[in-house]
Amino acid sequence: MAKRTTFTRVLDENKYEIALSTNNLRVNYGDYEALHGVSLQFERYKITALIGASGSGKSTYLRSLNRMNDTVGSAQVSGQIMYRNLDINSAQVDVYEVRRHIGMVFQRPNPFSKSIRENITFALQRRGLHDSKKLEQIVETTLKQASLWEQVKDDLNKSALALSGGQQQRLCIARALALEPDILLMDEPTSALDPISTANIEQAMQELKQHYTIIIVTHNMQQAARVSDYTAFFHQGKLIEYDQTRRIFTRPQVQLTEDYVSGHFG
Amino acid sequence: MTTAIITAQDVHLYYGKKEALKGITMQIKRGEITAMIGPSGCGKSTFLRSLNRMNDLISNVKITGEIDLEGQNIYGSEMDTVQLRKRVGMVFQQPNPFPFSIYENVVYGLRIAGINQRERLDEAVETSLRQAAIWDDVKDKLDQSALALSGGQQQRICIARVLAVQPEVILLDEPTSALDPISATKIENMLLELRQHYTIVIVTHSMHQASRISDQTAFFYQGELIEMDQTKQIFLNPREQKTEDYISGRFG
Amino acid sequence: MRNDFATELNNLHIRFSEMAMMVNEAIQKAVTAFINHDQQLAQQVLAADQQINNREIDLEKKSFEMIALQQPVTSDLRMIVTVLKASSDLERMGDHAVSIARADLKLESQKTLPEVEQLISQISQQVESMFAQAIEAYLQEDDQQAIAIAQADDNIDQLTRQVNNLCIQNMKTNAQTVENGTAYMLVTNYLERMGDYVTNLCEWVVYLKQGKLADLNAKA
Repeated sequence: MAKRTTFTRVLDENKYEIALSTNNLRVNYGDYEALHGVSLQFERYKITALIGASGSGKSTYLRSLNRMNDTVGSAQVSGQIMYRNLDINSAQVDVYEVRRHIGMVFQRPNPFSKSIRENITFALQRRGLHDSKKLEQIVETTLKQASLWEQVKDDLNKSALALSGGQQQRLCIARALALEPDILLMDEPTSALDPISTANIEQAMQELKQHYTIIIVTHNMQQAARVSDYTAFFHQGKLIEYDQTRRIFTRPQVQLTEDYVSGHFG
Repeated sequence: MTTAIITAQDVHLYYGKKEALKGITMQIKRGEITAMIGPSGCGKSTFLRSLNRMNDLISNVKITGEIDLEGQNIYGSEMDTVQLRKRVGMVFQQPNPFPFSIYENVVYGLRIAGINQRERLDEAVETSLRQAAIWDDVKDKLDQSALALSGGQQQRICIARVLAVQPEVILLDEPTSALDPISATKIENMLLELRQHYTIVIVTHSMHQASRISDQTAFFYQGELIEMDQTKQIFLNPREQKTEDYISGRFG
Repeated sequence: MRNDFATELNNLHIRFSEMAMMVNEAIQKAVTAFINHDQQLAQQVLAADQQINNREIDLEKKSFEMIALQQPVTSDLRMIVTVLKASSDLERMGDHAVSIARADLKLESQKTLPEVEQLISQISQQVESMFAQAIEAYLQEDDQQAIAIAQADDNIDQLTRQVNNLCIQNMKTNAQTVENGTAYMLVTNYLERMGDYVTNLCEWVVYLKQGKLADLNAKA
């Protein structure tokens, strides 16, 4: 734990303007190329939205960023993913270490069937952290960051599965935060939620970006417009346009982008 | 002048002791798209399912009040639920085509109704696939499995399946929430076309969708119908503060 | 009955273009009435103004509705914003046409100043032509043309100063011309304001096309 804290402090002192970048990142499934060489830089402490139709490659790209595609048998990821001057796509880099720094929140909330508290402490304990005072502190901090603390602070021993869908999703965010990642990847985190839960998560994201870099895949154009600072539009495995969100939604440079964000589909 | 095709009068619905609908009274107008919105657990889907008695399939459900379809009480003793569900079809959130060919998916309801003449079936397949705006995509592969299609196409096949039995009302329960924006837009445009021939009731979590395609919007909250009005009215100038807060995204 | 968004947007565009034509016609009639001292024609301008006002309200209502119900972005949003803002410029131009028609009704025909009327006729032709071109630029979404058209406003400003000077000279030397002279100056100033509104319209064409808010009025 102490070591990790030091690590974070060092990071704060060195100003990494770019939290993560990819250089000509390609993903192949056998002969099929799903992603045709994407180069992008993600600015630190900003929210970047990845948008595009199904099959555009945005989710494939997102999952490559913390090497989730490694677990897909036939997927081959080539090109560089630069994180703190290190190519984390290289075979020498420990995948689990990557995922500790670059956390992921999925489309469907997937809490463990354990108590709310244990959902957060589980991974930490497995990493050898047993100082219960410290653990309690992390539980509180991360639940606060995920805007869930007020609702669950008296029920930490209750099963996570008893929470509503939106609360479960915020718990999953808190769980990801407990590992103190730098970067949070979110794969359509609100598509299974109602508008109120969605608004709560979006609110939490605005708080989170003070400390984390967030990359979110969303099908909801209004969501991308509302929450993100930058937007990247993918189409048929290519990055078509990347710009400030306000530009993408007011005057994009590429006609394909304009058609997509305005809902002019075929 | 649009008239009501469905009239609900003081509908209460209980799951065991829990009252999920607390006295819903509303009219659904013929030839219009009615959107039902509200947060999870507000009762909108429960109410939708009560319109063709889908809730009958859940044990421990008790319903009181009256729901009339063309003046006939659908919970009355002489109402045949099979017949009812033919007249009031339902499309679900997750596309659920049967593991048959596209053709057999579409004619499923007709075969159940005992219709087997090839000519009639062929005609129904073409008409309903055209109405569901998917004929051109699939006309050359009607014998292929419906499961091989994309999610958006599967959903349109499911809609064609409902259309094939020529219902009067189509209920849709978040029909595009599992789809990407392009597929969702195609379905929305299709619904706008279908409205010329059918009455459509759609439950949606997308305010954007409700505002774009519906004529009437009903806002549910905690088992009650808070406000129902022309969509224009609801989105520009709702009467209730709760409605305003919900549609403008100001919650809690 | 609800139409799809593309149809609604196109209807909005058509109804806005119609409004521009209505205003154009009102200006032409008001100025012709003024120059020919045709009181009947002036009355027509007054009568038609209600239609222009109604159309503006109608376009506003439709624009609000489309923004609330369709949440448009990019060029769709720009089209609606352009119609919303430019239609209020058009409505004001219509009001000025009415003011010119009213001034016309007050004009005492035996005490005219032909030299001034000649200049006013020249200004009005410039305003009309500038406006017609601006409508054309809107229809073509031609931002370069719009920028060029706005330049012509300088000319109108200059002619306006000439008219004002001339009227004041006449009024100083001959008290009989005071009433008509005042009317001439008023009408000229209405025309000059119209030039400004046409410049605004040109700015909206630039916005429509480029998404940039331009100030084409920035010159002296």
